[in-house]
Amino acid sequence: MASKIKVPNSPEAGNSSAALSKEEIMRYSRHLIMPEVGMDGQLKLKQAKVLCIGTGGLGAPLGLYLAAAGVGRIGLVDFDKVDLTNLQRQILFDTNDIGRPKIEAATNRLRDLNPDIQIDTFETRLTSENALDILKDYDIVVDGTDNFPTRYLVNDACVILGKPNVYGSIFRFEGQITIFAYPGGPCYRCLYPEPPPPGLVPSCAEGGVLGVLPGIVGAIQAAETLKLIIGKGESLVGRLLLFDALAMRFRELKLRKNPECPVCGEYPTITKLIDYEEFCGIRGEESASPAQAVPEISPRELKSRLDRGDDLFILDVREPHEYQICNLDGHLIPLGELSRRVNELDSSREIVAHCRSGKRSAEAVEFLRSAGFRKVLNLKGGILAWSDEVDASVPKY
Amino acid sequence: MAVKVIIPTPLRPYAGKQESVEMEAGNVREALAGLTTRFGELKKHLYSDDGRLRSFVNVYVNDEDIRYLEKEETQLRDGDIVSIVPSIAGGARK
Repeated sequence: MASKIKVPNSPEAGNSSAALSKEEIMRYSRHLIMPEVGMDGQLKLKQAKVLCIGTGGLGAPLGLYLAAAGVGRIGLVDFDKVDLTNLQRQILFDTNDIGRPKIEAATNRLRDLNPDIQIDTFETRLTSENALDILKDYDIVVDGTDNFPTRYLVNDACVILGKPNVYGSIFRFEGQITIFAYPGGPCYRCLYPEPPPPGLVPSCAEGGVLGVLPGIVGAIQAAETLKLIIGKGESLVGRLLLFDALAMRFRELKLRKNPECPVCGEYPTITKLIDYEEFCGIRGEESASPAQAVPEISPRELKSRLDRGDDLFILDVREPHEYQICNLDGHLIPLGELSRRVNELDSSREIVAHCRSGKRSAEAVEFLRSAGFRKVLNLKGGILAWSDEVDASVPKY
Repeated sequence: MAVKVIIPTPLRPYAGKQESVEMEAGNVREALAGLTTRFGELKKHLYSDDGRLRSFVNVYVNDEDIRYLEKEETQLRDGDIVSIVPSIAGGARK
């Protein structure tokens, strides 16, 4: 498919940014000697404007490769701060950056890599209110976010503005990559009209992710972005690339534009940005979890009751590999196995269920109560809160 | 028809941790029914309460989306690969 992206094709005479300096010619020489890029392609890169939403696992290799390749203007959107658990995969940051805003650390790193490019920073959460304004100045949007509401927001904004969305998402050791909202091509809603209800699909925080996976997926997003800019090769428009790092296998599925798509179809019903938290069934992260509804016990209260010698049965509903990291000496039944192993529990005893953060165990408590257990409590905040409030020697993960 | 159903990573915990399952099935409906009979917990992840395939789970026969074939009635041939592809959102944070 020929490139229809609004990237200036021919450098304007008299525009100094439209020519490469002697130093830039040296810097990009490995591009310039390749006919597929050449001087034309490199000038297109220099005049291109790409917005990276998220500077985490996917945004890291993406930002690095776009900056290294000489994309003239790169916008970064992120509101988060660097934390220790990021460093396993977010290669834009190093240990000294812990606690720093990601956007600041990322900007410094990219400026060090390539001082000739412009970096725009948006230290904010992307919302329905600011998205169109932030996206409108860019040619291409690259989605490296980590949650469904933002995915749908980015998609709809791209469709409304007519900007291609280079999409990548990851889970454990599996990735999905494509280009949505390319003129004439399918959008995210053509593929998935609706998001899963909260809690049904585990997030990266719950599911984990192989550190190198976002590196591979983000680098593929970077490759697709560069190809769109220079207008060469066969893009992923209309193809969903699946990558399984464990099997080390790529597969490809056909993506079709849905004529009935509510946002890019023939008769769209969504013509402006909506409330994406509501669309995804999330109204404030806390109230989305059933934790509010189930009886709880605080870590301190649990500790004092155990010290007092109360007969409490500790039920750990995490996975066996999590139990190996740390545990409270509880009886292990992973949440997914609870319904068929419920006979291991004695309903006459008082049960305290716990997990890592209190979310899965709230589900367990809800399930046990519906199964007739009367004396079941959820350990508020899980093993993380236990570590904070009772025993700091228990590692957090 | 002997077909292979590929289970995606997020659903493997509900499918005996298997990556794929070989089975006999004449169409997609039979293949998915075979799967949920074998792995009961998978059912609520594939179907909504009214028995419809969930809208965030797509099913492909080889590289084609069944929504553009005969949906769940899509016939299967020997050696076909049925892929279940749910939406995943991971990327930036945490």
